[in-house]
Amino acid sequence: MSEGVEALPAALASVVGEFESVDRGLRAEMLIEYADQFQEVPADVATRPWPESARAPRCESDAYVFATDQPDGRLKLWFAVENPQGLSAKAWAVLLDETLSGQPLEQVARVPHDVVFKIFGRDLSMGKGQGLLGMLEVVQHEARRRLERARRSD
Amino acid sequence: MSDTVQFADIAARGYAQPEVLVSTEWVAQNLTNPNVRIVESNEDSLLYPSGHIPGAVQVDWALDLNDPIRRDYLDRAAFEQLMARIGVTRDTTVVFYGDKSNWWACYAFWVFQLFGHTHAKVMDGGRLKWEKEKRSLTREMPKHAITSYGAAERDDARIRAFRDEVLSHIRAHKKLVDVRSPQEFTGERTHMPEYPQEGVLRGGHIPGARNVPWARAANPDDGTFKDAAALRGIYEGEVGLAPGDDIIAYCRIGERSSHTWFVLTYLLGYRNVRNYDGSWTEWGNAVGMPIERP
Repeated sequence: MSEGVEALPAALASVVGEFESVDRGLRAEMLIEYADQFQEVPADVATRPWPESARAPRCESDAYVFATDQPDGRLKLWFAVENPQGLSAKAWAVLLDETLSGQPLEQVARVPHDVVFKIFGRDLSMGKGQGLLGMLEVVQHEARRRLERARRSD
Repeated sequence: MSDTVQFADIAARGYAQPEVLVSTEWVAQNLTNPNVRIVESNEDSLLYPSGHIPGAVQVDWALDLNDPIRRDYLDRAAFEQLMARIGVTRDTTVVFYGDKSNWWACYAFWVFQLFGHTHAKVMDGGRLKWEKEKRSLTREMPKHAITSYGAAERDDARIRAFRDEVLSHIRAHKKLVDVRSPQEFTGERTHMPEYPQEGVLRGGHIPGARNVPWARAANPDDGTFKDAAALRGIYEGEVGLAPGDDIIAYCRIGERSSHTWFVLTYLLGYRNVRNYDGSWTEWGNAVGMPIERP
């Protein structure tokens, strides 16, 4: 396991571990399988037109990130990806939901950005990398916003 | 090959060299043509393995077109190996297509021109149009017989510009087109600190460059190229380029600017356009380069 993985939420650390040892072809197959599981945010959470506040910055696939509160105060993540060819964005949406929904907010807020490259590979294009990081940034913004709200109410 | 199908819509758009484009219908009718090789080049590396045009091979910009050690393109021997692997001879018509309005397809097309493979075309609309028309895609990997390809030495002089040439270019007050986003052009955005490959120390643009984001040349709904009148309105009407100008296009690493190079050279018939592939990642990191910021 690489340096820093132990600080990740357990589910995300497990996924990073899975991707670390695979070659490029298998990495692509695994990511496509994740992308195939993508489901758009349900209508009872958000409807078109998606609010600009949910837009992932710099994402050329027009990804939108939504967060709802679970009973324990943790996040449930939802996504929309407008580009039908945005496979990487869809795969990343599924992975973010699977690994960060329901995790402690402090851990979500501290996820290092290099997990994008650990999962998608170091030869990710800059445009793609920026967009995927933008999705993570919105997730972390939602976590920090709730942490700040909790601090204020203490 | 049916010229009627190939040129029906494309010919009406007023391009200088309409024969460099083929329609999705033309590709559909030539899937098994032994003289045609369909090549997919994408930004998103997941797209080809998730499904591609039947028989299409992939040319990966990161793995196939670059020297693995130096920052440079592949050399003649590597190009010959690539062409042999994808089953192309010097007589094969290579048709490129890909995502993002053929951005990466044009990049591959440009690299192929460094080796003089002129039997090359781009499928208008790229992957987006093909998918929108609900044409078939497959995950089956094609098996093409390995060929023997004798390439010419790579010729960088005609369509590729290097840093010192760009310096001379701006001192001579010649035309430069920066095809990055307005935020990159102004220096507001440089790069992500975590980004491993394309970081840059300074923001801004090369002095004298005019900003025309590359995607303005394409119709966003289906990825097709805009017609010649619309393109002239952008490149000539808005920023004052002319077909006889000596022009250098650049972006961050030379991929987006290859799309603009393609548009100016083939669709508008400009005779002297070069792509500066060192682009902003070289210029913005090099010591002492002049930079303009608003």
